[in-house]
Amino acid sequence: MSDEREWVIEATNLTKIYQMGEVEVQALRGVSFTIARGEVVAIMGPSGSGKSTMMNILGCLDVPTSGDYILDGESVANLSDDELSDIRNRKVGFVFQSFNLLPRISALGNVELPLRYSGGNHLKQKAMAALEAVGLQDRVNHRPNELSGGQQQRVAIARAMVTQPAIIMADEPTGNLDTKSGEDIMKLLLDLNKQSGTTLIIVTHSPDVAAQTGRILHLRDGLLVEA
Amino acid sequence: MSIWQHLLESLESLTSNKLRSGLTILGIVIGVASVISMLAIGQGASAAVNAQIQSIGSNLLFVSSGFFGQGGGGGAVAPKPLTLQDAQALVDPVNAPDVAAAVGVVNARGTISISGNSTSGSIIGTTSQYAAVRNFNLQEGQFITDSDVSGRSAAVVLGSGVATTLFGETTGLTGQVVRINNQPFRIVGVLQSVGGGAMGSQDNQVIVPLTTAQSRLENRGSSSGRIDQILVQASSAEGVTAAQEEVTNILRTRHNTRIGSDDFNILSQQDILNTANSVTGTLTLLLGGIGAISLVVGGIGIMNIMLVSVTERTREIGLRKALGAHKSDIRLQFLMESIMLCLLGGLIGVAVAAGVSKVISNVAAASNTAINPVIGIDSILLACLFSGAVGLFFGVYPANRAANLEPVEALRYE
Repeated sequence: MSDEREWVIEATNLTKIYQMGEVEVQALRGVSFTIARGEVVAIMGPSGSGKSTMMNILGCLDVPTSGDYILDGESVANLSDDELSDIRNRKVGFVFQSFNLLPRISALGNVELPLRYSGGNHLKQKAMAALEAVGLQDRVNHRPNELSGGQQQRVAIARAMVTQPAIIMADEPTGNLDTKSGEDIMKLLLDLNKQSGTTLIIVTHSPDVAAQTGRILHLRDGLLVEA
Repeated sequence: MSIWQHLLESLESLTSNKLRSGLTILGIVIGVASVISMLAIGQGASAAVNAQIQSIGSNLLFVSSGFFGQGGGGGAVAPKPLTLQDAQALVDPVNAPDVAAAVGVVNARGTISISGNSTSGSIIGTTSQYAAVRNFNLQEGQFITDSDVSGRSAAVVLGSGVATTLFGETTGLTGQVVRINNQPFRIVGVLQSVGGGAMGSQDNQVIVPLTTAQSRLENRGSSSGRIDQILVQASSAEGVTAAQEEVTNILRTRHNTRIGSDDFNILSQQDILNTANSVTGTLTLLLGGIGAISLVVGGIGIMNIMLVSVTERTREIGLRKALGAHKSDIRLQFLMESIMLCLLGGLIGVAVAAGVSKVISNVAAASNTAINPVIGIDSILLACLFSGAVGLFFGVYPANRAANLEPVEALRYE
């Protein structure tokens, strides 16, 4: 069946080696997998398993030491910093554990930010539409510190969606939220995945969160393992 | 991202931390204000000195006795003093066609008093032409006449400052008697005020006949007839150099001096002007330099704050990069902030400088030396350019540091 599906992520034999002073740390030791468009995938693993490294590479924040990574048809293993910036801007939306909103500007301004870096017109309307999609149309002019944690994460999700990326990388999206807000956020992410068909990759410790995804990638000591 | 958006964002970020921005700007404000006001005061002072030197008269040469700049060139021979006859010999249409007038002057200081009131001032002994050569106008009465000089009369013309000090007024004084060094003199005239001079107030002087000064106010012993200075007026501005040569030749002949060891020296107004200009120029440079140092200190303050700001906003930088900001976007954002800080500081600095030079000119006016500090459009432009450049220079390092942060590291930063 897999042959007919369109791959949005093709990772082949990814390795990542960090130089920590004298010591070499092998964070990834050769990981290969594919993710189809529209899929919802969880990446799980204990601390030090290479989870964060994996997320950084998949989100184009970092490049692998060796191996090939094709995101939405473009090979990104050997791109320069600025080319990576462009790829992130167009193809990746980030949702962080600690929201990472700019405190000085309004919800609307925060959602507009990725659009400002890509240029184009009607930034405000696009940002407004994204905020409506997450149910915050009456909070557009509030600053992050005037919003609850759940609302802040909604703004962050709107910011990730607004460029219509190929994938959304969510790093412990419910980690800083209470159970109720966390459930709401997961529901919102899954709904958006259904509506727009955007691929969703969630890095998490939580089995509850992982259980709501379609597939779980388990990482241990830099390698994929069967659960 | 467009420049306009960068501008808005940097304004946003500066206004979000007003106290810090304000304190940072203060360094630049002080720097720019000191540079501009120092330059303005320097220019004003220079203009004032020039005006004062010009006001002494026009096309003047100052001849005085003594060896000048030749290491005592005459050896043991004492310089022959200048005499009134020397002065008279200079007015010679044949040998000195460019000399319009030559006036002998004796300088002294003394006490001028009336009953119950006294002041000290400079006493000038001279002849009738002095008023014309020095452009002096009379408030009332008349100047020293030739017959005053030949008759050694005890007549005096008061400077307006002396008149005000002694009598509280400058009119209705002719015919009254003042005592100069305890000898009675009859007032024949009062001069109009000419304002302060480079060498002391010119209003604080009294003028008496040359011969009277020699015989009654000075202890010149047997060699009477000696005068301190001859004021020569050239017939035109172009004739000053020729007049200087003619005067030199005549005096050399009269004093029998060898070439190269003149026992007199001649200073033209231009010489004085040049000296004064070089002094005020150096002063302006010095003041401006001190101001520039504070500007550099302010610039380092900007750099310091920008570095703190980069560290503080590491996560923001990481986020912006994750959202697609290029290195150049981040660099421009921080550069913009430091340039805005400096430009704002520069503009406020210009305003402060205007205030400072206003105060200084008032203080100067109160102490009787008119200085009009000049803040021209050029110094405003200079300040803006310079402070912008300071912002650029001291902003580049922090901005590059921000631009080169790794997004992964920056996002992880706590």
